[in-house]
Amino acid sequence: MALLEIEDLHVSFKTVDGVVHAVEGVSLSLDARKTLGVVGESGSGKSVTAQTILGLTRFPNATISGRILFDGHDLLTMSTEHLRDVRGARIAMIFQDPLSSLHPFFKVGHQIVEAIRAHEDVPRDLARKRTIEALSSVGIPSPEERFNSFPHEMSGGMRQRVMIAMALAMRPDILIADEPTTALDVTVQAQVLELIQALRDDFGTAVILITHDLGVVAQMADDVAVMYAGRVLEQTTRETLFTEPEHPYTWGLLQSIPRLDAPRTGRLNPIAGSPPSLINVPRGCTFHPRCPYAPPPAFETEPALTPSQPGHLVRCHLPIEERKRLWQSLQNEHPALR
Amino acid sequence: MGAYIVRRTLWAILLLLVVSFLTFVIFNVFPSADPAALRAGRNATPALIEQIRRNLGLSKPFYTQYWIYLKGLLEHFNLGYSYYNTESVKSEIFSRLPATISVTVGGFVAWMLIGIPVGIISAIKPRSLLDRIMMGGSLVAISAPVYFLGLVSLFLFAQGTGVLQWAGAAGSYVPITQNPGTWFNSLILAWLTLAAAFAAFYARMTRGNLIEVMHEDYIRTARAKGLRESVVITKHGLRAALTPIVTMAGMDIGLLLGGAILTEIVFNIPGIGRYAYDAIVNADLPAIQGTVLFGAFFIVFANLVVDILYAFLDPRVTYG
Repeated sequence: MALLEIEDLHVSFKTVDGVVHAVEGVSLSLDARKTLGVVGESGSGKSVTAQTILGLTRFPNATISGRILFDGHDLLTMSTEHLRDVRGARIAMIFQDPLSSLHPFFKVGHQIVEAIRAHEDVPRDLARKRTIEALSSVGIPSPEERFNSFPHEMSGGMRQRVMIAMALAMRPDILIADEPTTALDVTVQAQVLELIQALRDDFGTAVILITHDLGVVAQMADDVAVMYAGRVLEQTTRETLFTEPEHPYTWGLLQSIPRLDAPRTGRLNPIAGSPPSLINVPRGCTFHPRCPYAPPPAFETEPALTPSQPGHLVRCHLPIEERKRLWQSLQNEHPALR
Repeated sequence: MGAYIVRRTLWAILLLLVVSFLTFVIFNVFPSADPAALRAGRNATPALIEQIRRNLGLSKPFYTQYWIYLKGLLEHFNLGYSYYNTESVKSEIFSRLPATISVTVGGFVAWMLIGIPVGIISAIKPRSLLDRIMMGGSLVAISAPVYFLGLVSLFLFAQGTGVLQWAGAAGSYVPITQNPGTWFNSLILAWLTLAAAFAAFYARMTRGNLIEVMHEDYIRTARAKGLRESVVITKHGLRAALTPIVTMAGMDIGLLLGGAILTEIVFNIPGIGRYAYDAIVNADLPAIQGTVLFGAFFIVFANLVVDILYAFLDPRVTYG
């Protein structure tokens, strides 16, 4: 049985402009010790999905339905009091911007001590000792001194390390990393990813990695879900996603990756158009307004997420042979895609 | 930090010099009234006025007059002598300071104890019925002037005048050293009246700040690490939301220490505000000058304290 199972998750928010359908029928599953990559543009519902797992979208204006099974319990219907025992202790989370995610007025050491003492009744000095160990394990130099630093006194990479130390202090079963490298310099990005990878391997933590960067997925994920307009469009293993992608949106994402080995004169191939409003989602296939291959049914009815082969789910009206043919010709056109 | 405090203190002194100069110019140089005639009182003979003019040095050039005034101020903190009853303005002000401090501190405690919790409760469930009732009530409290609320409270609750004789009457003030019970009883209505408008204002500020802070990323982090919601609100939320309120509280205390004029008049409390009011009514120039300067001192001082305090409250603030 999977460690975490999301079944038919729907999340919508009432706003002054209308109802935002942020997540529409997402089902994902995560096995122990595995890394699940969730890829998509901003507004694809990937962050909302991640935050809903820990009940961080529980607001009066939010409507949430579906099931999120963890350890045989549904996190969605769990009381906040019980959910508190899961948050931080069994499932921990790190966020995109480590500066705004750390409290500006508290010392970083204290913020980690707080995370430990929220779950375990340990004396302060022991929590302090464990915090310093955690800071040291994420590669922060002179952790005793850094314990007393304020977030603004650290660099972006160090701050994200603090967040990771906080998340892993309780040795959780699952780490949810919501765009953990987006706000960081490129050189620091690689270090932080390697750190997450190393800790995952050492502690056997399963990871849900939310990102818009297929490069990050290629480096870390075992399985990948591609999200668009609150839906999963394609879901498979990392190998399959990069060698035999079947959804036109995934092709678009792969084509828009800048490559060092591409000719200098070559231009990036962004996906035409922009992501749809989640208030007025397009009729039919949500991607059809931007899809160069959309067949007539895509304008009317939404395709279902169906297996094209075992372990490969695709939400597309194009016939399977047609998809394979199109991917072949795209690869011939752009050798970089091979 | 030390250099910053020294620099700010020097600026504060300069500012107070400017205030002393301005009040001096306004009351002694501008032809608003003849100080000698004011001092002499009604039906004075021209000879008497002339003699007073000489005694007060009013025929000297104004910069000489200001210099004499300033010298007295700096050397002996001499604020001059009342035209009305020849008492030393300095000793008059200092004898009234305890009453003003009593009104200010008691009012401050009351409005913080009412305003902050009301703001928090409103912020936890914005737009709920409770929030609407409390914010509506605060609007009424902000809109009701002290002289209205004060008189109504006296009419309802004060001994002698009130329907329910729960609290001390206007003018029943005694120093705390004399009888703490009577002191408390005599001030309770004044505190609550003063607190009403301030508490309402502070409640709205607290509510607004806290609602804003609760949307911050670090609140999400606090929840994600499994803290109790009550800890998230009172520790992580309030810590950030109350910092600007400390600034405001410092300024308000400074302002009130210079004299809570309306409150002191309505409740007939012999404080600095009451003294300033009497000075204005009696056109008692040295007393007016003295109370203005004294009020300015408290505001400048409170400003300084708040700015220094801020470095301790917000670790991101540094002073060079």
